[in-house]
Amino acid sequence: MIGKPLDAADYPVAETRPETVKGARGRSLDDLTLDAVVNGDVTMEDMRITPEALLVQAQIAQSVDRTSLAENFERAAEMTSISQEDVIKIYELLRPGRAASGDELLTAAKYLEENYDAKRLASFLREAAEVYERRGLFQVRF
Amino acid sequence: MTDRSNADANRWRRLDDWDARPLRQDLFAAEDPESGFSAFGGKNDPKPSIEISNGSVTSMDGVPVDQFDMIDAFIAAHHIDVDVAPEAMAMPSDQLARMLVDMNVPRTSLTRLSKGMTPAKLTEVVAQLNAMELGFAYSKMRARQTPGNQAHVTNAKDDPVQMAADAAFAVALGFDEIETTMRVARNSWSNALACCIGSTVGRPGTLFQCSSEEAEELEIGMAGFTSYAETVSVYGTESAFIDGDDTPWSKTWLAAAYASRGVKMRCTSGAAAELLMGFHEAKSLLYLEARCLCIQRGMGSQGTQNGGIDGAPLASSIPGGVREMLAENLVAVWLDLECASGNDARHSESDMRVGAKIVPYLIGGSDLICSGFGSILKYDNSFNPSSFNGEELEEFLVLQRDFEADGGLTSVDDARGLALRRRAIDALSFVMADLDIATVTDAMKASVAVASGSEDTDSFEPRDVTVISETIRDRGITILDLIRSLHKGGFLEEAENLLYLVKLRLSGDYLQTSAIVRDGKVISAINDPNTYQGPGTGYRVSEARRKELAAIRNVLTREEVLRFESIMQPLEAKRIAYNDMGPAERGTDEREVVVGISPGFGIKMFKTLAGHPLSAVLGVLKRGIETGGGTMRVVRLMHTADTSFLGLSAARLSGSGIGIGLQSKGTSVIHQRDRLPHSNLELFSNSPITSLDHYEAFGFNAAKYAKGVLPNPVIVKSHGEALGARFHARVALIYAIETAMTESNASPIDVGIEFLEDLL
Repeated sequence: MIGKPLDAADYPVAETRPETVKGARGRSLDDLTLDAVVNGDVTMEDMRITPEALLVQAQIAQSVDRTSLAENFERAAEMTSISQEDVIKIYELLRPGRAASGDELLTAAKYLEENYDAKRLASFLREAAEVYERRGLFQVRF
Repeated sequence: MTDRSNADANRWRRLDDWDARPLRQDLFAAEDPESGFSAFGGKNDPKPSIEISNGSVTSMDGVPVDQFDMIDAFIAAHHIDVDVAPEAMAMPSDQLARMLVDMNVPRTSLTRLSKGMTPAKLTEVVAQLNAMELGFAYSKMRARQTPGNQAHVTNAKDDPVQMAADAAFAVALGFDEIETTMRVARNSWSNALACCIGSTVGRPGTLFQCSSEEAEELEIGMAGFTSYAETVSVYGTESAFIDGDDTPWSKTWLAAAYASRGVKMRCTSGAAAELLMGFHEAKSLLYLEARCLCIQRGMGSQGTQNGGIDGAPLASSIPGGVREMLAENLVAVWLDLECASGNDARHSESDMRVGAKIVPYLIGGSDLICSGFGSILKYDNSFNPSSFNGEELEEFLVLQRDFEADGGLTSVDDARGLALRRRAIDALSFVMADLDIATVTDAMKASVAVASGSEDTDSFEPRDVTVISETIRDRGITILDLIRSLHKGGFLEEAENLLYLVKLRLSGDYLQTSAIVRDGKVISAINDPNTYQGPGTGYRVSEARRKELAAIRNVLTREEVLRFESIMQPLEAKRIAYNDMGPAERGTDEREVVVGISPGFGIKMFKTLAGHPLSAVLGVLKRGIETGGGTMRVVRLMHTADTSFLGLSAARLSGSGIGIGLQSKGTSVIHQRDRLPHSNLELFSNSPITSLDHYEAFGFNAAKYAKGVLPNPVIVKSHGEALGARFHARVALIYAIETAMTESNASPIDVGIEFLEDLL
């Protein structure tokens, strides 16, 4: 993420700068060949998008004035390292009536900050806690 | 039908005819804004307004911040751009409406303004456009320039073998995305694996999704089987949203979750969802949908699936409902979202209503014209029947050809289609056996390959599929296992295609707005932005694409007409001989009826459009004339092929003054020598439905006219067939062949007719 942010001219990144595109274990597009898959050298981790790639896409989205899409990519970048189980657990917590009070969301926010350094996601949960409190969304539904 | 017993009933029977039409199975609802039944202008729709203080929204559409429900709060925090809002909200709505249809106003100036507009403002602007303006504005405002389309691939048995075959065919048709879902929820992993493999046959890059429960859908995505999701539903009232068991925050979380796994995602919303769920707040369909769309933009979703969707039938029951769906699609693209524009859940039993609804999208283009074109038969569509299904596929292909409009699809040659189905079945069968998931027998393969739908197959039943699905899930099978297995089975192209698809995730290029894959490259609103600014700009059908659109099945050519006739020639040669007897003179026999045949009659053309051999037509005419007390003389007219002039010329040569004109295609006329050319005695203009009995009666009547008697004219009853559609292409080709044989000064020739076998 050094230097000038990328913009529409750098898109699609896989075509304009393929050498920068890597999987979660650091392997490049060129490394991920059919032979490599067949030989068992490739894992699903190699097929996972990285936070860097998502931040690049955020820059590109921002360059064409799609701020909210860019913000989604930024949240997603933080989420790449969060386990599937935690992603689903917090999703569940955000659904109406799942959390008994704002504290549960605030605890989750703290957990994300401490374990994943996920500041954006944490503040997103805090924002939700405030609205849910005001709108009575902590009420358990049957 | 002709029951005359109640002729004194006080009801016009035409109403029975109308009642019998499919249209009358549609229910139409009265406009009732208090009960939420209004497309535009709901009872409680607010007036647009905004107040901003210290960089945050303090009041929106008449609601102060302390009374915001969760939707207002979300829109104010995540959608409204406070830097643009004062400018955008101050602009008169009619000015904005005009800008939407002004080709000189670039799309990007309008998308910039939309970010500062409240749901009520967006609603007020688009409501000013009529249906044509909405369609035009939609075409100008949609995000990606190249139009695309999406298919449903499902079947009533959740049979993975058929799923793979149908997915391959959908890919061959050109669908950019395919979507599956299940009859039995537990079958999701099987559906995902089968469609995934089928979609790799033929070409790479078709995106695939499996619509299922949120957590499971994400799991399936993690295993690499799917590449996009669109079931992130959003609602326009707080109560409906909560009833849907979500909030804008939980859905935003999901949106980020998909992106974090490199999976493309769009939201879903659409007119009348809130009405169906009973939480409409007496607000209009359009206003509630505008709220949904502002939420989606705020969430950072790249796109939406809207335009009624599951609510389309209910929206269509309300006055202006179909126009409203166009309007809500326009709001989506104005907000700079990818739009998969509905046209899926069939909104009517009337084919005509369905056909009319698709036109603006087809001619104007859309990111995904249908967000579920049923590529399978209606009964196999596990989402419910779509506007267009396997049954109506060719209608869509022809509409593309008619309008020279790119609906994203291309005809597939019969043999190639079947070969692709077999290839997909073989690939799936190998992988299932190789990974020890299930065994597909040769009989199953054979029955599925040629089956039109699951009612014709002898394959897996839903219960078998549940076992298959659970095996796939429990064993943790991933896309890498599929790639390895395909490779092992010699399905190298398919293995490469699947690898290509999963590698798309790494760059995230296809997470951008309106991204699809064409010719192995990602195109989206970023590298293929809609730049429409009037004629000659925007998406244009190239000459090569135009030819593809034209190449539908069974197209008639001149060569084919001639080939058909040449097959008939030897058969007719056995039945009849036409012997030229020299120049024809005016006859003197007062009982004579002269039959004037056209230049190619029995020489190049041998059958009428109804399929009667010309020998038989002449045979029955002769019999009819003779029964009526006349005699038949045949002359070939070489100066004209026109029915009226054939008849008039024949009459002028006739001793009785009565002649019959007879074209090769079977059109015929009875004429009298003193009449004006087009003022004939009787005419058979609909040759495709003219029978030999009709011709015989025609001959009989001609003989009667010759005697000065006025017979009852022969009426060829039509049943409303669109004969022009059925025959005119052939007629024009045949007629051109005959007119080319005419010589303007050529004299009529007497023809001695010799019947070689007993025709009668």
